[in-house]
Amino acid sequence: MPSLLEERTEAGLNSRQAQAAGVRAERRIRGRLARISRGLVGIVALATIWEVAPRMGLVDPYFVSPLSDVLAAWWDLLLSGDLWIHLKASLVRSGLGFGLALSIAIPLGAAIAWYRPVREVVSPVLEMFRNTAALALLPVFLLILGIGEVSKVAIVVYACFFPILLNTISGVASVDQQLLRSARVLGLSPVTTFRKVVFPAALPTIFTGIRIAGAAAVLVLIAAEMIGATAGLGYLINYSQYNFLIPQMYAAILTTTGVGLAINYSLVAIERRLSRWRA
Amino acid sequence: MPGTIAIQAVRQVFRVRGDEDRKVHEFVALDDLHLEVGDGEFLTLVGPSGCGKSTVLDLISGLSTPTAGAVVVDGKRVTGPGLDRGVVFQQYTLLPWRTALGNIEFALEALGGLTRGERRERARDYLELVGLTDFASRYPHELSGGMKQRVAIARSLSYEPGVLLMDEPFGALDAQTRERLQEELLQIWRRTGTTIVFITHDIEEAVFLGQRVAVMSSRPGRIEAVLDIVLDRSNPEIDTRATAPFAQYRHQIWSLLRHSDTAATQLEQVHRVA
Repeated sequence: MPSLLEERTEAGLNSRQAQAAGVRAERRIRGRLARISRGLVGIVALATIWEVAPRMGLVDPYFVSPLSDVLAAWWDLLLSGDLWIHLKASLVRSGLGFGLALSIAIPLGAAIAWYRPVREVVSPVLEMFRNTAALALLPVFLLILGIGEVSKVAIVVYACFFPILLNTISGVASVDQQLLRSARVLGLSPVTTFRKVVFPAALPTIFTGIRIAGAAAVLVLIAAEMIGATAGLGYLINYSQYNFLIPQMYAAILTTTGVGLAINYSLVAIERRLSRWRA
Repeated sequence: MPGTIAIQAVRQVFRVRGDEDRKVHEFVALDDLHLEVGDGEFLTLVGPSGCGKSTVLDLISGLSTPTAGAVVVDGKRVTGPGLDRGVVFQQYTLLPWRTALGNIEFALEALGGLTRGERRERARDYLELVGLTDFASRYPHELSGGMKQRVAIARSLSYEPGVLLMDEPFGALDAQTRERLQEELLQIWRRTGTTIVFITHDIEEAVFLGQRVAVMSSRPGRIEAVLDIVLDRSNPEIDTRATAPFAQYRHQIWSLLRHSDTAATQLEQVHRVA
């Protein structure tokens, strides 16, 4: 098995030689197949352990339900329509919060980054807010906004806002000076320069923030729903545990995993579409 | 004339902070600099690094304004950047998210007044001019250094400026690519008739390309001498760089630079002692 060191330093065609000869390095293709099948092995192994360990009594089957029971409970939730009710509640809240954060943080970040004095005044304050855990502020949100929908959407907005804002600021502020010079030489207006040069150049950095925000949206929402809600995946997990519906609890947890994966992969896919120009 | 440049008694002063005393000084980058470039002329500007060559270019392009004196292009005083002047920088300043063709279209979008189709067509024409028709849909990271610089040249020429300013555009290329691009640039210049001001620290490059070579001295930056270069280029089979006149010009400029360099060093020593 080649180690990282051997793999990365292995001799072979460099990209230009490969291009000139119209061939592709064989290593890559083999690596791709191997990677997918190895990834599947890991998943299957986890599923097997989850199924077998409780059944063999290695862990208490009452606390850790076997995977098949969990999947059966998930199927029942799906058929009864309960799953959809809770999933929808969570998706609407996180989607709304995420969207709101996105539409405020990007323009605001760009405006802050455009003027250095503004950036220097605001940055330390923003750093403070970013490092204040959103969940630590949940009681404050509940106090001010009540236990309804508003406070839950607001906490998602808060959690998503700062990663996007700070990444937008750093992305816009660190645009290559040479690109700006060539835009000025072409006599572009500041608005056009922003639209055609600065924003596209900052987009990869902004997207890093967006992905962090996507993960934060789910994480924070689940926790918020555990505290004060009558619907949502967080509520479903908590409710199931209180009522000793353990397989159903795991089914709800698995659903949050699915939501997280779906959000992450769709953001990665969008990012890839937008940055096809990168090496 | 559309491509004439006149630099008149230009002085450029920057405020800098000294390394040793940490106080704000005035740094005189250019002092009483005069230079005239005729329409359609190819002028190279050679000088030691740090002599203010790029400062001269920034002034002509309008990226900065002189502390005193004036820069006049096509009879009009330069107050800012404009599409009557194109600039090619040493670093490749292509937009990495646009293809070779898209990068040229970007400049044409700035020009305005063209439909999408016209922009595309004109961009293709200029890619052809630099011999990159087959690479129209490649992104900058898929192009070699020489190709990127060809695209940058095509982009600057696409909006048909009267003056093309080039700031050591081939400085980052390997020797063979550089020589090929120098020859191509001369062909492009002959075809388009654009006035070119080309900055370099490479004496051979300056002699090979320029109809005239302006030699700069440093501290403060001044034009030390302007040489007319007359080389017989009628026979493409002859290696111009290996001819006797070429060697003479090279040596003449080398001596000028050497002389001004020694003078500057002595001046600096005098200052240090004082």
